[in-house]
Amino acid sequence: MSITTTIPAFPRMLEDESIYIMREVAAQFEKPALLFSGGKDSITLVRLAQKAFWPGKIPFPLLHVDTGHNFPETIEFRDWLVRETGAELIVRYVQDSIDAGKVKEETGKYASRNVLQTVTLLDAIEEFKFDACIGGARRDEEKARAKERIFSVRDDFGQWNPKKQRPELFDVLNGKINLGENVRVFPISNWTELDVWTYIKEEGIAIPSIYYTHKRNVIERDGMIWPHSEFLNTTEEEVPFEEIVRFRTVGDMTCTAAVASTANNIDDIIREILSAKISERGARIDDKRSEAAMEQRKKEGYF
Amino acid sequence: MDIVRIATAGSVDDGKSTLIGRLLYETNSITQDKLEAIERASKRRGVDYTDLSLLTDGLIAEREQGITIDVAHIYFSTPKRKYIIADTPGHFEYTRNMITGASNAQVAIILIDARNGIVEQTHRHFYITQLLRIPYVIVCINKMDLVNYTEQQFEVVKEQFQELFSKANYKDQHIQFIPASSLYGDNIAVRSKQMPWFEGPSILEFLENIEWHSQENQLPARFPVQYVIRPRSEQWHDFRGFAGKLSSGVFRKGDVVVAMPSLQESTIAGIHRFEEEIEEAESGDSVVVTLSSEIDLSRGDMLVKKEQQPEPLKEISAQVCWLDHTPLKAGKNYLLQHGSNRVKAKVTNLFSSINVLDYQTIDGVEEIGLNEIGYISVKTARPVIADSYASNRNNGTFILIDEGSNSTVGVGFIS
Repeated sequence: MSITTTIPAFPRMLEDESIYIMREVAAQFEKPALLFSGGKDSITLVRLAQKAFWPGKIPFPLLHVDTGHNFPETIEFRDWLVRETGAELIVRYVQDSIDAGKVKEETGKYASRNVLQTVTLLDAIEEFKFDACIGGARRDEEKARAKERIFSVRDDFGQWNPKKQRPELFDVLNGKINLGENVRVFPISNWTELDVWTYIKEEGIAIPSIYYTHKRNVIERDGMIWPHSEFLNTTEEEVPFEEIVRFRTVGDMTCTAAVASTANNIDDIIREILSAKISERGARIDDKRSEAAMEQRKKEGYF
Repeated sequence: MDIVRIATAGSVDDGKSTLIGRLLYETNSITQDKLEAIERASKRRGVDYTDLSLLTDGLIAEREQGITIDVAHIYFSTPKRKYIIADTPGHFEYTRNMITGASNAQVAIILIDARNGIVEQTHRHFYITQLLRIPYVIVCINKMDLVNYTEQQFEVVKEQFQELFSKANYKDQHIQFIPASSLYGDNIAVRSKQMPWFEGPSILEFLENIEWHSQENQLPARFPVQYVIRPRSEQWHDFRGFAGKLSSGVFRKGDVVVAMPSLQESTIAGIHRFEEEIEEAESGDSVVVTLSSEIDLSRGDMLVKKEQQPEPLKEISAQVCWLDHTPLKAGKNYLLQHGSNRVKAKVTNLFSSINVLDYQTIDGVEEIGLNEIGYISVKTARPVIADSYASNRNNGTFILIDEGSNSTVGVGFIS
């Protein structure tokens, strides 16, 4: 890695577009919510929402679907951000869905609550009658996402129908929906991973500490570094060891792999991404289940 | 850093996916794991080359059937620019998809197989670039390797295309012909050694050098109000800001402005970008504008400069492209959305449809079906503050929404 790698400037037109989308959501829907995971993409969304409605407050709540398997650093950061911005926070727990018998905990070595959170999310949408949920998905992440609209209509059951998407032309956004339907909105659709990082850098946005290098107990599995935790089912051969790592993407502790890295500031993170041979979602264990894992989950209501 | 949006169009098997793959590959925009995933998938499908179309065919149905259904968005960048490609399918509901994908594009790449020359699809693709008034068109005459890289074949196809262009309305469109082989990378990112007779740029060189967005600042200022910000907090007790994205022109502090349709006059007191107060907003900027006096202005209205007022429209003539399986019929009501302004509308007249192959209009049609283009007039319940599409691309279109399904069923280009 060369120190002289130039870090590209953030294309400001992307921010203009995203702020425009945020304002369309607030104007066209009665009860929007911003889906907050504590990852860098949803943190970026919070910043955009702040900017879109300044000097007013963010006119919708943040909704966090808590799997119970989060990195503690993420939760700490979430609570700090809410205090800092004065945003309203709603938390709904996957554990409650499990206790109510609505979903069943997965078993085995690869057990994760990633798929289960869809049910908790759909229940929360129904409970609060949310008609629009803003998410941080980007089209460059994955090929099913590459085909999704900015205003993506979901049916009564929260499902995405990729073959029946509304045409989306120019910057006109059509948020008209029928009763029971809702819309998933993706304001940073056109951002790449690099755009998110250059934005974080230029805006000086705070992010959870796990994005920076740190010592952590990990195990090796399938050629990836998995964070060791009480939530991960390990075999006898999988002996935890200490490693200097950071996280490039942040999901659950059971489905996010770490990368060996000493990057302790944003510039180094960006240089690392610029020279990376592996894509961001290469570190998402949940996507490796099949070639169409993401599309399948989206059709069932995942965001 | 600026952004250039590209739409790609081509018919089946003319190497469009390979071209996109090449651009990504040569700008180091494909990561190792993605490339390996494509190689694995190619093998599973029993093809003996790396099928770069698998990079863009994202849906299960597309991979099963080996076709592209929907517009895919692909990203790559150079140190100078960020590029967004809207890759539209060549054969499946081509018009609907291509218009959707190309609506924001500054550049269209039309692919032509050098062996076949212009085919029916080329007429359709070119017509859409004309309808959308896409400022730059790259006519990529591809598969030159299969015609021994001869200048003669390139000239034949080029002449065919120029004949097509001679019938077109939008003459300011910049057409760049480039002979290429996407399979071997000739004239894609770097200039071909096989075709020394060609003195023009490679596709990437051309993309790197186009200039476009300065032109939008020269147009009359149009500021559609999206949202009114009234914090009602102690600190911002009397703040009343109008949030929107300036769709064309420039706004400066102190400009005398008129709210449309109320026609009330005021002066720009401040322009805000978050906490920062700026002197001037340019086309494309998302800002908050404050005024020196209280006037009647809310979402759906437009703020313009006093000396640049457009005529409020209640009867709109437009060219329309239909995007839905249920045809457009005269007398039917729709919702018309122009920017942030959504109004009830009735299609009062349906004049003719257009044959995109020979540009002939067909009069006395009863309806306009999926993927067809026609001329209509629409009456709206409230005035629409628009310009003609030819004079202002960003303020000259609307969509039609079906009141039953709520789906977007048509797109209009104001005459």
